[in-house]
Amino acid sequence: MDNCLEINSLNKIFNNVEAVKNISFRIKKNEIIGLLGPNGCGKTTTMGMILGLLKPTSGTIFINNKEIEKNKIEILKKINFISPYIELPKKLTVQQNLNIYGKLYGIKNIKKKIEYLCEKLRLNEIIYKITGELSSGQKNRVSLAKAVINDPILLLLDEPTASLDPETGDYVRSFLENYQKEKANSILLASHNMNEVERLCSSIFLMKAGSIIDSGKPKELISKHGRKNLEEVFLKLTRKNEFD
Amino acid sequence: MNLIRMYGLFLRHFYLIKGSLPRVLDLIYWPSIQIILWGFISKFFTNYSDYYNNTIGVILTCAILYDFLFRSSISFNMLFLEEIWSRNFTNLFIAPLTTKEIITSLIFTALIRTLIGLVPAIILTSPLFGVSILKLGIPLLFLFLSLYIFGITLGIMVSSGLLRYGPSFENIAWSSLFLLAPLGCIYYPIDILPNFFQILAKVLPLVYIFDEARNILINGSVNYSNIFYAYFLNIIYLCLSIILFYVSFSKAREKGTLINMGE
Repeated sequence: MDNCLEINSLNKIFNNVEAVKNISFRIKKNEIIGLLGPNGCGKTTTMGMILGLLKPTSGTIFINNKEIEKNKIEILKKINFISPYIELPKKLTVQQNLNIYGKLYGIKNIKKKIEYLCEKLRLNEIIYKITGELSSGQKNRVSLAKAVINDPILLLLDEPTASLDPETGDYVRSFLENYQKEKANSILLASHNMNEVERLCSSIFLMKAGSIIDSGKPKELISKHGRKNLEEVFLKLTRKNEFD
Repeated sequence: MNLIRMYGLFLRHFYLIKGSLPRVLDLIYWPSIQIILWGFISKFFTNYSDYYNNTIGVILTCAILYDFLFRSSISFNMLFLEEIWSRNFTNLFIAPLTTKEIITSLIFTALIRTLIGLVPAIILTSPLFGVSILKLGIPLLFLFLSLYIFGITLGIMVSSGLLRYGPSFENIAWSSLFLLAPLGCIYYPIDILPNFFQILAKVLPLVYIFDEARNILINGSVNYSNIFYAYFLNIIYLCLSIILFYVSFSKAREKGTLINMGE
């Protein structure tokens, strides 16, 4: 019963195309799990269903033992999401954005929470700046602040370091590592950066064409497939049958 | 419904307006221009037509009422479009907000936005044309509320389209009211319309609202049955629009429109 996320036989069909095919997996409390796969394999669709943005064609999703379809608002208070494809309102200051999302997530002492996030994510210098005028790295840190403002028990990260320079990418990874240890929450990370996945994730699920084709601890997968690193495993599994 | 969450959503748009003088000026500019233009047209009619005893007052009052309707509807749509343009749509829909809270908060925010634009324009009419919309008296409140409900109803219907079809529905958002304006009989009695259009017009609350505004100004009496019909129709359309919004939201969840909504 210590599952944070439990997905059972999940399917999603768009216009007769199966985007997600009968996937099942679990994330225990206090662990970081990677969701890997080539573009269009169903990672974002899966995350969309976990967030309640998409209605599954069939299957169930339980977060903290509660089904999302039946307890949406209660669950949304406890989870959060970050993706490079969504942004915070560009014309507002960082402080205004965090204040708004603090209210939307029902945070009690928003001022104190923003001060904490500023400290943790080095936002003090940019807190009164217009969000749209920030650099990619700064925007990413602000989005991270919004994503952890409600201390989510489950944090969904869709390519959180895409388009970041190596230093900022490393900073974000360190933040996530420390944050997860401090809050003991669970994270589902979708990424194309194999080093990132190896560093952060205790286990991974590899998706291809809507299905989970393999899963396990990164080192176990490398050894199982006789490869040097996770990237080679990824290439082997995702290219299989494509060029054979 | 949670008031703090609704206040949060209101703040998102309040900050946007508060932080941008050009945005405030833009809100004020269009209603003012519209009313000044209609003020001069009315003045011309006053000098060259004896159809109405009080042409300038009637046309200008109707212009103000129509602009109020137009701004209410557009304001509601704009609140939705702002989220699409800023790519904040997904963030909003993964926040723990119920659909009821979203609609209620946007209804209130749209009212504030509408009043920011329209109050200065209404104030202008008195020194420029000697017309005060307050001449309508207490029934003015009923007319304004009725127009606001219909404006919001259209706004919810168009937002349902935006939810279901995404940004490609944007043009409909802008043109929805222009489509209804000829049938609304804003500046003329319903008898002007051809028979078929009269049938269509009679199922719109606009006809009763504008007919009553003219009636009060020209005859100095209030026909409450017009106001009653307008509210009766308004409630039906409002309920339908809310049902449509819920259905569109459900369809958007099936089709995946809520993910990556943005330009």
